[in-house]
Amino acid sequence: MGNNTSFWSKAWPPLVTLAGVIACWQAAVTWGGIDQWMLPSPLSIVQEAIRIWPRLLMHMRATVQLTLFGFVGGSAVGFVLAALLHLIPGMRRAFYPLIVLSQSIPIIAIAPILTMFFGYGLLPKVMLVVMVCFFPVAIAMLSGLSNPDAQLRNYLQMIGIGKWQMFWRLELPHAIVHLFSGLKIAASYSVLSAIVAEWIGSNRGLGYFMILSFKGFMPDRVFAAVIIIVLFSLLLFAIVALAERLIIRWQPASDQHTK
Amino acid sequence: MTINKDGNRSETLRVQGIRKDFGKGASRKEVLGGITLSVADGEFVSIVGPSGSGKSTLFQVIGGLQKPSEGNIWINGEQTTGERGHISYMPQQSALLPWLTVTGNIELSLTISGVDRQEAKQKTKEWLERIGLDEYGNAFPHVLSGGMLQRVSFLRALLAPQRLMLLDEPFGALDALTRLHMQQWLMSIWEQNRRSVLLVTHSIEEALFLSDRIIVLSAAPAVVLDEFQVPFQRPRSEALWTDPRFNEMKQQIYELLKVGVRTGG
Repeated sequence: MGNNTSFWSKAWPPLVTLAGVIACWQAAVTWGGIDQWMLPSPLSIVQEAIRIWPRLLMHMRATVQLTLFGFVGGSAVGFVLAALLHLIPGMRRAFYPLIVLSQSIPIIAIAPILTMFFGYGLLPKVMLVVMVCFFPVAIAMLSGLSNPDAQLRNYLQMIGIGKWQMFWRLELPHAIVHLFSGLKIAASYSVLSAIVAEWIGSNRGLGYFMILSFKGFMPDRVFAAVIIIVLFSLLLFAIVALAERLIIRWQPASDQHTK
Repeated sequence: MTINKDGNRSETLRVQGIRKDFGKGASRKEVLGGITLSVADGEFVSIVGPSGSGKSTLFQVIGGLQKPSEGNIWINGEQTTGERGHISYMPQQSALLPWLTVTGNIELSLTISGVDRQEAKQKTKEWLERIGLDEYGNAFPHVLSGGMLQRVSFLRALLAPQRLMLLDEPFGALDALTRLHMQQWLMSIWEQNRRSVLLVTHSIEEALFLSDRIIVLSAAPAVVLDEFQVPFQRPRSEALWTDPRFNEMKQQIYELLKVGVRTGG
């Protein structure tokens, strides 16, 4: 109850600001003399979106599918990679610098290569999203695994815990808090990279639809696609944040607020 | 209490000539300078010493986390030097896993210590009720006070099947009043459930109140300066604090510690 009240008391100022911005935008287009083909009004964007809703929905489905495959796949790769590098002696030192280095490769530059090898299907695009997503997850997870509480570690060693139990009972639960900060970054990245993948080589998805509408001089459709992408990105982030709250129940409430 | 063939109380712990150095060459630092001590079955022994006298290192050697440079550890007549899993342990900070409930924490420690899951469950439930913390069984540790956390931490060590309990300044982080309560609480539970205990503490009063015997260590490199039998009858109560003999012994140990600081490294 108290939680709800505090949520609304925090949420209404930005919501009012947002409503104000949209109202100004509408006014600028209606009375301010800005041409519709340069900047469509919010109202016309919504009208257009409703008119072509079935098509939008079809493209949306493709984007959601690509994003989720990539996000789940990338997170799984990041998680397993971090666990392996942590558990197998020497692996961390051999691979960690290379993984960090791999991030200086611009992913957009790889996309055409993937398309060249794997064609226009789902696979090369999912691979691209996976390549973008695994990194924040792996890095966050590794940092969580490497420095759990020294006192807890000492206690468990004193009573004779084994290496595997140490991983399952101390290192992994400790890393979960870090893991979720990696997952949140990966969630935003996954939408972003899915759109880019659709720009480069696709025949459906919101990214493809945007390019098509842009070339056809239909700015209201471009804006409609952008708004849907933003909403989807926010939704995905919210789902990860909700999962975090459900899973990490042990932290004192004050800690969660300061984060 | 088990009696061995010589008619003596058998030894739960024997620390034989333990030396421990850290570092090599010129930066070599000797922390333990040859320590020999023992804890008989069912005996409560305290170690007092100036801070930095390597008491934590000694515990890590007994627990098998550190290999001694010289000397050996026997637990229940078995040579266990460098082996883990022969002791139960209560650290200064309660060291409860924050993602497990109170019950979950106790059960986990018991299963690591070799108790089977079903028995651990049943024991935990029974004892949480006995010490009046059953309503906190499903709570996460962060909602408990410092005193309650240390009760849980002590219970966790007490219920483990290992004969020897190492208590590492268990009340060091508590305020003075809570500390006195906790000493009495621990005393009454221990007097009804005798185990072999080795306690490290900074407080001479705490050592006198709780133990059968007190071992005084010097500053690093630590050696045993002297041992005192504590003559007070059990069960003990807070009336002891005003006993003249209590204060006399306190003074005696205090004097010894002062000398120990001066002569030690």
